[in-house]
Amino acid sequence: MPHIPLDVNLPGITGILNYRTETALPIRQLTQILLRGDSTLTEGERELIATVVSYGNECQFCTAAHTAAADILLGEKGTAEKVKKDPLHAPVSEKMKGLLDIARAVQVSGKNVTTTLIDKAKAAGATDREIHDTVLIAALFSLYNRLVDGFASVTPPEPAFYERLAVILRDKGYLPSENRYAGLKA
Amino acid sequence: MAHIQLLNDQLPGIVGLLDYRRETAQPLSALAEILLRGDSTLSSGEREMIASYVSFKNECHFCHSSHGAAAAAHLNKDANFLDDIKLGFVKTPVSAKLRTLLNIAAHVQQGGKKVTEADIAAARKEGATDREIHDTVLIAAAFCMYNRYVDGLGTWAPPGNDAYMPMGEKLAKEGYMVY
Repeated sequence: MPHIPLDVNLPGITGILNYRTETALPIRQLTQILLRGDSTLTEGERELIATVVSYGNECQFCTAAHTAAADILLGEKGTAEKVKKDPLHAPVSEKMKGLLDIARAVQVSGKNVTTTLIDKAKAAGATDREIHDTVLIAALFSLYNRLVDGFASVTPPEPAFYERLAVILRDKGYLPSENRYAGLKA
Repeated sequence: MAHIQLLNDQLPGIVGLLDYRRETAQPLSALAEILLRGDSTLSSGEREMIASYVSFKNECHFCHSSHGAAAAAHLNKDANFLDDIKLGFVKTPVSAKLRTLLNIAAHVQQGGKKVTEADIAAARKEGATDREIHDTVLIAAAFCMYNRYVDGLGTWAPPGNDAYMPMGEKLAKEGYMVY
């Protein structure tokens, strides 16, 4: 049971953001800019960054949600699976490998981002702006993962739930929207 | 030197990063403003103590010192207060309720799963409300983000305590929307 009273119809992060919409708004705005705003990284690539950080933090809800979002945006399920479990052989560019390595370091601690990691990503073509956004996305999911697990929110077991959530994240993005979670129910 | 070319590399810590990308700076600043200076039954001094304590545990010198200095400004303390934060507030009188909230924050810093039923029960026993528990977890989680942003991009931070005192004064008085 969650540590504070959350809407039973809104599992994972959804009920937490709904608990205090005033603080949720800037978090949602930041997420929208980083994951859906202007970028030289695709939306799918940015969801992969969110996925590996959530996976590193062992946050089941966020891992499942952003894996499903990456899958639906990339149009296949293999890449997200590989970046989590076999990153060396994941079918992503060398640049993305470098950025995902930076994200994994950030997940542990900001201090773990070494100049070696940065140089490797830059050598593979990563721009300063891509590195900036990667670090901030990884930092943002360090926040999200702690909210979801810090409140012991509900993690639905069925994969179909996350597929429904991914459709919402693809079609509506991360900002508040009318009847946002109407499509969550089976 | 930061890992990326900032627009102004004289600006320390998060200040240089907020200046680097204004679009993300807006919600990042708005979140800090609501959490640390918005309506709450916890004082701004108490909330800055939570922010600084989490930042110290993440070894983020810039955030520990700037938010420690903001707490000091709210609570009329001198620069030695920043050292007491490192010790877990041995010299500073801290209410029983705030102690339990600092404990929750310290567990959030380690990972969301580290927050136990017992941590929450202890806070409730000292009178903490749902909203205070919510805000404590969110402040701690938010500083796990800010700290990673600041250190993950290799920003520079002035050494010591004293340089941060005017910064803390400004944060306490003018807030987070001026950057």
